[in-house]
Amino acid sequence: MLLIPCPWCGPREEAEFHYGGQAHVAYPEDPAALSDEEWARYLFFRDNPKGVFAERWSHSAGCRRWFNALRDTATNRIHGVYRVGEPRPVAS
Amino acid sequence: MRRDDGGRIDRSRVLRFRFDGQEYTGHPGDTLASALLANSVRRVATSVRLGRPRGVFAAGGEEPNAVVQIEEPFPEPMLPATTVELYDGLVASSLAGQGRLAAGPDPARYDAVHAHCDVLVVGAGPAGLAAARAAAATGARVILADDQPEPGGSLLGTRDEVDGVPGADWAAATAAHLEERPEVRVLRRTTVFGYYDDNYLVAVERRTNHLGAAAPAHMARERIWRIRARRVVLATGAHERPIAFAGNDLPGVMLAGAARTYATRYGVLPGRRAVVFAANDGAYAAALDLADAGLDVAAVVDPRPAPGELWAARLRERGVELLSGHVVTAARGDGQVSSVEVSPVSSVSSGGVSSIDADLLLVSGGWNPVVHLYSQSGGTLRHDEAIGTLVPDASTQAVEAAGAARGVFALPGCLADGTGAGARAASASAPARPVDVPRAEEPPEAAPLAYWLVPAADYAGHFVDLQRDVTVADVRRATGAGLRSVEHVKRYTTAGTAHDQGKTSGLLTSAVVAHALGVPVAELGTTTFRAPYQPVSFAALAGRDRGALHDPVRVTALHEWHVANGALFENVGQWKRPWYYPRPGEDMEAAVLRECAAAREGVAAMDASTLGKIDVIGPDAGEFLDRLYTNLMSSLKVGSIRYGVMCRPDGMVFDDGTVIRVADDHFLVTTTTGNAAAVLDWMEEWLQTEWPWLRVHLTSVTEQWATVALVGPGSREVLAGLAPGLAVGVDDFPFMTWREAEVAGVPARVCRISFSGELAFEINVTSWDGLRLWTAIMDTGLVTPYGTGTMHVLRAEKGYPIVGQDTDGTVTPHDLGMSWVVSKKKPDFVGKRSFSRADTMRADRKQLVGLLPEDPDVLLPEGTHLVATGTLPEPPVPMLGHVTSSYRSAALGRTFALALVRGGQGRHGERLYAPVGDALVPVTVTSHVLYDPEGARRDG
Repeated sequence: MLLIPCPWCGPREEAEFHYGGQAHVAYPEDPAALSDEEWARYLFFRDNPKGVFAERWSHSAGCRRWFNALRDTATNRIHGVYRVGEPRPVAS
Repeated sequence: MRRDDGGRIDRSRVLRFRFDGQEYTGHPGDTLASALLANSVRRVATSVRLGRPRGVFAAGGEEPNAVVQIEEPFPEPMLPATTVELYDGLVASSLAGQGRLAAGPDPARYDAVHAHCDVLVVGAGPAGLAAARAAAATGARVILADDQPEPGGSLLGTRDEVDGVPGADWAAATAAHLEERPEVRVLRRTTVFGYYDDNYLVAVERRTNHLGAAAPAHMARERIWRIRARRVVLATGAHERPIAFAGNDLPGVMLAGAARTYATRYGVLPGRRAVVFAANDGAYAAALDLADAGLDVAAVVDPRPAPGELWAARLRERGVELLSGHVVTAARGDGQVSSVEVSPVSSVSSGGVSSIDADLLLVSGGWNPVVHLYSQSGGTLRHDEAIGTLVPDASTQAVEAAGAARGVFALPGCLADGTGAGARAASASAPARPVDVPRAEEPPEAAPLAYWLVPAADYAGHFVDLQRDVTVADVRRATGAGLRSVEHVKRYTTAGTAHDQGKTSGLLTSAVVAHALGVPVAELGTTTFRAPYQPVSFAALAGRDRGALHDPVRVTALHEWHVANGALFENVGQWKRPWYYPRPGEDMEAAVLRECAAAREGVAAMDASTLGKIDVIGPDAGEFLDRLYTNLMSSLKVGSIRYGVMCRPDGMVFDDGTVIRVADDHFLVTTTTGNAAAVLDWMEEWLQTEWPWLRVHLTSVTEQWATVALVGPGSREVLAGLAPGLAVGVDDFPFMTWREAEVAGVPARVCRISFSGELAFEINVTSWDGLRLWTAIMDTGLVTPYGTGTMHVLRAEKGYPIVGQDTDGTVTPHDLGMSWVVSKKKPDFVGKRSFSRADTMRADRKQLVGLLPEDPDVLLPEGTHLVATGTLPEPPVPMLGHVTSSYRSAALGRTFALALVRGGQGRHGERLYAPVGDALVPVTVTSHVLYDPEGARRDG
């Protein structure tokens, strides 16, 4: 079980969190202007890297805040967390 | 047989036990395995596939053969006899590879503890004790977990000395010192079985199993420890490995170290006359200890041409013959070993065999570090050529292995290694302090030989995995079939998949595969180590989270009335909802028909408190809801109510419910009962991650309100009686509006909404007042209580879908016949763009329809498929859809159903068929609105 450093509460057990998938997939500014293919990319396509991945977590059984984490999908090591709206830090 | 003295057993007390119907005795300190050996029981199991006799093979949890069924005091299947501490009254029986679960409920208690520490040391052998000692000296918080009843590990089974005293005494004293420290916890009978992310380890502590029927009822039988450790030292020791030769599964073939443990720790000689077959010096020490204990050691057979001089000399002193450059080609005997065939290495293939009479053949192919937990932690392994086995290589977590667990087998090395590892582990939490290393003697050793397989023409009697009955011939059949990976060979032969997970056989399998393929073992590696290290009972993992404590139960403010009035309950999520209120003699069907008739013809009331309720408050609340609902909410006037649907971005229905505008900046949203938490999460997600600038706050108020639906043509009259101050006429209080009023003397918010099509009022009061309101309604004597059974029929007659029952995440509002709820004016809302995708515009999408079985008495099972023809064609049969809801209707005087059907909206009037059992039931497709399609009844 991961120990996830919530940027608001500090390190907490993974069981307190919900996973939210890839970070920085913004809802399109004007969905009506997108082609079917572009819209399908927003809906259905996500990265699946082996290595550092920026992803969303929600501290759902804690402060209920959404935040972003940089997690290495190969080692499960979390390189950093940052709040919504903050820029993605450089992975250490 | 039992020795006259020696061992760590208490001969002054006698324990009685039964095995396979036979009475035996043993002593405190025995395991079931040692007690059986003391009673000269050679056969303890029957092999699973070939039905061959099997005897005790090891002395610890790695035992592949002696897996037994405990019959009394509490039945437990598949326990290694080597791990069952003997107690008075134990009844056990031998197994043939499969156990039996207890028929009755488990009366024992189980619990769990969450713990944190600076250093977790796994294993209390010499390395683990040394590590814990060094770590504790710094003041660090230490947990030392060991699976045995007493600390010492391998020291309990040898005659080695530490710091000038017998190893077991040193271990006991060291553990006692550790336990005196307030920051140290020593866990006995505790197996760490899982190593997960961020140094999270899980262990099971067996607290009362060893007490049998004398176990105190108040104590948890087993306890799960969930430990978060800053650093971990794995001092898990090593498993001795077998060698493959003909008949190596006969009772009497045993690991050399195990026999030494039985003699030294348990005071038991597992036979009379032994041959030792080994390629490492450790087995010489075992042979000497056994000879000293009274065993007749006929010979040591060693394939190495030149074993260590010191050890050879010691054998000579004891008169034990040394056959260097020799191997054992076969164990012979009828049901157990009676002789051992030996051959020079040089002439194995050409015969040249001599025979030695013996009833015991002690084998040591070397030692494998117990790397299971290290591998589970994510650490990589490397093949160490010198000792012919896998050792820990690079860690990915804060962990290191120490002692035999990393291939350091000699005692002084283990003590030094453990001391170093313990000090390093603690230095992350506390300043380092120099600790002296416990002293022990280290005899010089000759290099071990990794010896696996005695060559032969026929490998059908060379066993690799004793528990799965897999032979070298089976493995060669797998490689002959073209398999190259040990993972594939494992799945093809089942080697390593048994109860013991191949603890003794895993690397042997790899070596046999390597030999067959002509590649080095290092190239093949081993199969993946996964948790749990040893089988763990589900009861232990469940702990107290069983029965009533398995999941929280939620009840409404009116619950006690429902119980007192005979309601039966339905689980909806965690809620207990009244299902129906049977009168004497009524079954569910009769009760629901009566409740339905009351709602359509008179007055009925339902506890609707479980509906999810969310306050959406803030200046931008209207805009926020406009973005999430498919229709416009910001235009809703204070005092009005609107039905709304929420979709996911892919356009599929996510939830539905009503939205009340309480004030300019305050909306109250209702959700389906089971989806309340998900809807709140959904709203929070969009608010926080996409539209953080919107000034909105979300609060769950589900439990703050009690809600009563008052339904039926007579509901207006009943409400008027209870709320004299409220103008209830159709013009004063129109459909889809709400009023504040005093109802039954209680402040209430009354909403004119209907989930049945009838005139209805939803009365909301604070939870505190809920029971008072409900009692007042029932005290009028005019109102029939109804439950979810009736609610479902009433709403289905009107074609109102239940999200999650009539929809499944592939259904758009249009599919439900609700195009009217999708705004064409709003520039965007979540899901809008998807409605112009080709897939959502297909004419043959599954759409909600009604179904009328041609026989009005036939009730279709929900989930029934629908086909086009009255006789089934050859498979694959084209499926048109399925039944989502199906009921008997009082109002229609017949059965009906809702269904999702391909192109259903264009099929009204068509006949389809529903396969039910062997019959094809003809049904007619209709509109999903079956009752009062013009909506004439909603105003009463």
